[in-house]
Amino acid sequence: MSETTGTPPLLELRDIGRDFGSVIALDGISTSVRAGEVTCVLGDNGAGKSTLIKVLSGVHQPSRGELLLDGTPVRFGAPREALDAGIATVFQDLAMIPLMAIWRNFFLGSEPTRGWGPFRRFDAATAKETTRRELLAMGIDVRDPDQPVGTLSGGERQSVAIARAVYFGARVLILDEPTSALGVKQAGVVLRYIAQARDRGLGVVFITHNPHHAYPVGDRFVLLKRGRSLGDFGKDEVTRDEITSMMAGGAELDELAHELERPTPPAP
Amino acid sequence: MTTTDAPPSSPAADERVASVGLLKRLLVKPELGALVGAVVVFAFFAVQSSVFVSPSGIANWLDPASTLGIMACAVALLMIGGHFDLSAGVMTGTSALTVGIVSVQFETTIWVGILVALAITLAVGFLNGFLVVRTGLPSFIITLGSFLMLQGLNLGLTKLFTGTVNAGGIGVTDGFDSAEAVFASTVTIAGQPFRIAILWWVLFTALATWVLLKTRFGNWVFATGGDEVASRNVGVPAARTTITLFMTTAAAAWFVGVVYAVRQTSVQANVGIGNELIYIVAAVIGGCLLTGGFGSAIGASLGALIFGMTQQGIVYLRYDSDWFFFFLGAMLLLAVLTNRAIRRYAEARR
Repeated sequence: MSETTGTPPLLELRDIGRDFGSVIALDGISTSVRAGEVTCVLGDNGAGKSTLIKVLSGVHQPSRGELLLDGTPVRFGAPREALDAGIATVFQDLAMIPLMAIWRNFFLGSEPTRGWGPFRRFDAATAKETTRRELLAMGIDVRDPDQPVGTLSGGERQSVAIARAVYFGARVLILDEPTSALGVKQAGVVLRYIAQARDRGLGVVFITHNPHHAYPVGDRFVLLKRGRSLGDFGKDEVTRDEITSMMAGGAELDELAHELERPTPPAP
Repeated sequence: MTTTDAPPSSPAADERVASVGLLKRLLVKPELGALVGAVVVFAFFAVQSSVFVSPSGIANWLDPASTLGIMACAVALLMIGGHFDLSAGVMTGTSALTVGIVSVQFETTIWVGILVALAITLAVGFLNGFLVVRTGLPSFIITLGSFLMLQGLNLGLTKLFTGTVNAGGIGVTDGFDSAEAVFASTVTIAGQPFRIAILWWVLFTALATWVLLKTRFGNWVFATGGDEVASRNVGVPAARTTITLFMTTAAAAWFVGVVYAVRQTSVQANVGIGNELIYIVAAVIGGCLLTGGFGSAIGASLGALIFGMTQQGIVYLRYDSDWFFFFLGAMLLLAVLTNRAIRRYAEARR
């Protein structure tokens, strides 16, 4: 662990594990998320990244270990509880409804209302205006808040989801593979929003299998393999190449390179 | 964009959009297809029959449209929420029969029968919703089960209590006059009596539209039907929304059942069976997607209006009424194809 300063991290994981029946999906994961920092969770397919997010966001409960929020142990029974504690998750499927307008999606589940009793209604004017303003603040210029989310590009959808989480007072933002389905340019746009969220003082958990996306923006790196942690590094403790090589399992990669080499023609 | 107080930096004219024209804005409305359909059907009959547009003619085709429309509105909300209720038709019968059996056989006032009917239908609606939420099975199967069970109960219990297959004598129960005033009176406009149910229909449509478009609950209905898992992830109480929708459909079935019982004063045990599909047809003609997440209450009401106009119009033109169902089926297919084309056009062109 790099700095053990006075203030506890926003979110700390101590030996977190999770079983599904006899399958140990996750075991012995420890790391921390600090305000204004990006913690990257890296791993290949099936490494346990998705399980880890689901534990952090309250979808699953950990079977072992401790989750600390501001230094105090917490336990989330449902996504709503994690959300109320300021942990917002942008799921891979984005938790957005394609047929609904951007502003309806933006406030889904937390709609502003006006009036009272039976006349309490969804304050659409405020919702539309806020959506437009908040997206603009993130540098996203939506053409029309009334357009269905289904008509947005992948990168735009990610950006809307991030802006939504930031607006709703998230202190910890968990991003599940936000760049994996995107082209180079779109991925760059999303990385910029991650940096923006970080600069606004949020603690970001960035899950990805791409070290090239993680390294430039990350401050801490947790590497997962087959449900176990390969280590928890500060940026000064590790290089991009080391991460790549550890993810692919160094020796395995060398072996693969050897295998793929052209057979040298036998000397005549 | 309706923001008049937009900051000057806001790009009012974005080069990426030509401008969302009025036509395109109209096209994304789910009820547009039904509106066009209603106008065409009205014109078709109005040109050929003067009775059709006379006050008595209008009263005649608004009547079947009204009770169907009340149900279609509720069914549309349920379909937008992503579910079907095949028991909705037979439940109107359950409600009407309960009014008859309780108030006549147990010699109470009719209002007690009406309240018992409300309790029973709401309980059935709750059970439908609860089972769907709990089991995760398609509502089609769950409500097909409750449909068949209610059909059996309607017949069995009516025979048990009355010894016949109908519950009669409602007209002489205590409190009948006040119940008639609420559920089955007429309002005379231009010398022509109109059924009060038409007024209730308009009010229900307005209420359903308001709830759908202007309240939190409405937002949850669209979200639950659009993607249930995603909406749960952002904190929408999807289970509660689904159960509420099933209970709303049940409440509409209660209302229509009471209207029927008070109008007829004698209820056959098989009443309402088969209507559940007509409610769905009206909702689909009104722009509801079978997959949920899209639709409108006004559209469903227009679908009901098309149904009423066609049913009576065919009689005025002295066509064989056998053609009615052929026409309804063709209308349904046309509506589904039109809605699909419109939606694709509207979404692709943004």
